[in-house]
Amino acid sequence: MSAASAALEARLARVTTWFESPDDASARLRGSGYLTDDATALTAYLAGALEKPLLIEGPAGVGKTELAKAVARATGAELVRLQCYEGLDEARALYEWNYKKQLLRIQAAGGDQSWSETHDDIFTEEFLLTRPLLSAIRRDEPTVLLVDEVDKTDIEVEGLLLEVLSDFQVTIPELGTVTATRRPFVVLTSNASRELSEAVKRRCLFLHLDYPDADRERAIVTSQVPRLDERVVAQLVDVVVRLRELELKKAPSIAESVDWARTLVALQVGDLDEATVARTLGVVLKHSSDQQRAARELKLATG
Amino acid sequence: MSLLDTHIGFVEALRAAGLSVSLAEGLDAISALEKVHWHDRETVRAAYAATLVKRQPQRVTFDAVFDIYYPRLIGGGVAGDGLEPNAGPQDTGQALERFREALADALASGDPQALQDLAVEAVARFGAMPGRGPGLSSWSAYTSLQRVSPAELLDRLVQGLLGQGLDDEQAQRTAGRRIGDFTRLVEGDARRRIAEEKGPEHVADVTVRPTIDRLDFTAARRSDLEEMRREIYPLARRLAARLTKEQHARRRGPLDVRRTVRASIATGGVPLTTHHRPKRPHRTDLVVLCDVSGSVANFAQFTLMLVFALREAFSGVRAFTFVDDVVEVSDSFRPGADVVEVMESLAGQISQAALWGRTNYGRALTRFAEQHRDAVGPRSSLLVLGDGRSNYSDLALPVLGELAGRARHAWWLNPEHPRHWGTGDSAADRYGEVVPMVECRNLAQLGEFVHGIV
Repeated sequence: MSAASAALEARLARVTTWFESPDDASARLRGSGYLTDDATALTAYLAGALEKPLLIEGPAGVGKTELAKAVARATGAELVRLQCYEGLDEARALYEWNYKKQLLRIQAAGGDQSWSETHDDIFTEEFLLTRPLLSAIRRDEPTVLLVDEVDKTDIEVEGLLLEVLSDFQVTIPELGTVTATRRPFVVLTSNASRELSEAVKRRCLFLHLDYPDADRERAIVTSQVPRLDERVVAQLVDVVVRLRELELKKAPSIAESVDWARTLVALQVGDLDEATVARTLGVVLKHSSDQQRAARELKLATG
Repeated sequence: MSLLDTHIGFVEALRAAGLSVSLAEGLDAISALEKVHWHDRETVRAAYAATLVKRQPQRVTFDAVFDIYYPRLIGGGVAGDGLEPNAGPQDTGQALERFREALADALASGDPQALQDLAVEAVARFGAMPGRGPGLSSWSAYTSLQRVSPAELLDRLVQGLLGQGLDDEQAQRTAGRRIGDFTRLVEGDARRRIAEEKGPEHVADVTVRPTIDRLDFTAARRSDLEEMRREIYPLARRLAARLTKEQHARRRGPLDVRRTVRASIATGGVPLTTHHRPKRPHRTDLVVLCDVSGSVANFAQFTLMLVFALREAFSGVRAFTFVDDVVEVSDSFRPGADVVEVMESLAGQISQAALWGRTNYGRALTRFAEQHRDAVGPRSSLLVLGDGRSNYSDLALPVLGELAGRARHAWWLNPEHPRHWGTGDSAADRYGEVVPMVECRNLAQLGEFVHGIV
């Protein structure tokens, strides 16, 4: 009886509801310090409701990674992060056998065990080193799996992701197939430096994050840097919006506006005038040609 | 039409417009729609977008098709219902006067809802045309924009914005943007009305523009060109990332037998590890010769910017522009130079490349061969950009043949569709016999070509 009820409970627990509705997603993400627009909240809700991975693209610094962290905070889930880079392989992404420990085990057994016994013994859980993808799948608690900068990996790793993303299972030849007891909320981020394969894209929901409109950016800066005066925030966002309209090599992102706001707080600036903008422009623009261009355009703008 | 029919038609139209929507994605869209409320059109749009659009450049196409299949309102809408039964002529001088006043106010305040309502009214009132049969009508954005002519309100709008404390340039820009927005709204609403009359399939075929990377250079409008210019650096970055990755994959050179055998002595003559010669990446010396006469100037600029953005991939790049005389412009492309400045200095140098201002390929090629003989050598690749329209003048085919013979590789990039090659004054087919001619009509093709030659 108790076993049956425990099994039922386990099955119920597996069906995680991440968000009740798009509005609920919006409210809870806001509660954890991430201000969304409607499309973002809706897509986050759908990713949870349909149990599909969410692929987020957009320029650097618009809060792609932050969205995954915010989902984890808002739902009380734990964040498992796989940072992608060139040369990432199965052993770093999925699992690896702890061969040193296996060697020790064989030596410790000495001659009194038969080969087949030893063989069965060394390919067990004890000798398995789980890497982010596998550990996210095996966790019993709610998990947010963040696969960061997935465009940095080689094509082969995408093939690896396919099995994980579509069926939420990993096949280990020596052990069998490990299936997720509870499907994690998967977020993939990409800077679109490379086109991902159709197969990966097909399995994901897609969300493009872009620079926010002025009102939302003001709200974001205010929530991140509450000590900055409202008026200065408005001035700052105004300048940033104008900078984005220029043809720059790298337009300032939200992260850079927030950095700028922090700089102004540190410098105890009460008013964002021409001189202050010129002095602190390096915080938002990282190319010298961009800085020159901005200085020229902004001066033109003030006569 | 049932909901499912609309959905199927919508997905079909997206496929026709070039989005690769798979069956599985269509099913995903339906299950996503099951999970949301349909009271808000934007919710439905976002649910479709999340499941069907997997590349951001396709979003514009998606939005256009969505607006056709899931229109914002039917007919004149709630506001228009009051005005439809009115039997008298809709388009009267008084009505136009009143409408333009309302439009000026809405533009000055920049209220999106008011502008949207006015766009609907503009099409309903001034854009109606008699249809082909009795009881049928058609709608034209062109007619209504001609009648309303929002561009004439520009000065007034700028004055109003100046009064709000904006400076001159900013006011100009804001005013231009608002009028452009209104124009787009009117065009969108005319599409919606036509789709209502004739069925959405008809409109989707005709009016949906290709995405920016598939848009022809020669068909681009002013606003498109700006958008393309913004795409150049991201494109260059993507190409550079792809190139490094491919070079890494091919990093292992041929087997170094000597080192392998020597290393094998340590293991009793068994070559456990093989050693390889390092592979030296081959870098090309690129010489770009581009026609900058009016018809193809944009294409030349984009190609030059892309080539110079990727300069690390080449051992050297020299660029020459011509109309009927040749000028070297390599100096305009300093490392880290500002895009806008480069464009301006290029535009300034166009006048130097023209003696009489009529394109003359023969003369330009001859002058190039005389003055810059040293530029093309056995280690360099020659890239000629132009449509090959030489005003029926001498083509100097032997000169080009000689240049191409001396270079390691030679290509001719033509921004025209192959079916136009050799028509009229185009000498593309004759030049094509001397130098391989490559069709390069949009950013996607340009990117592929540049990737291929590196």
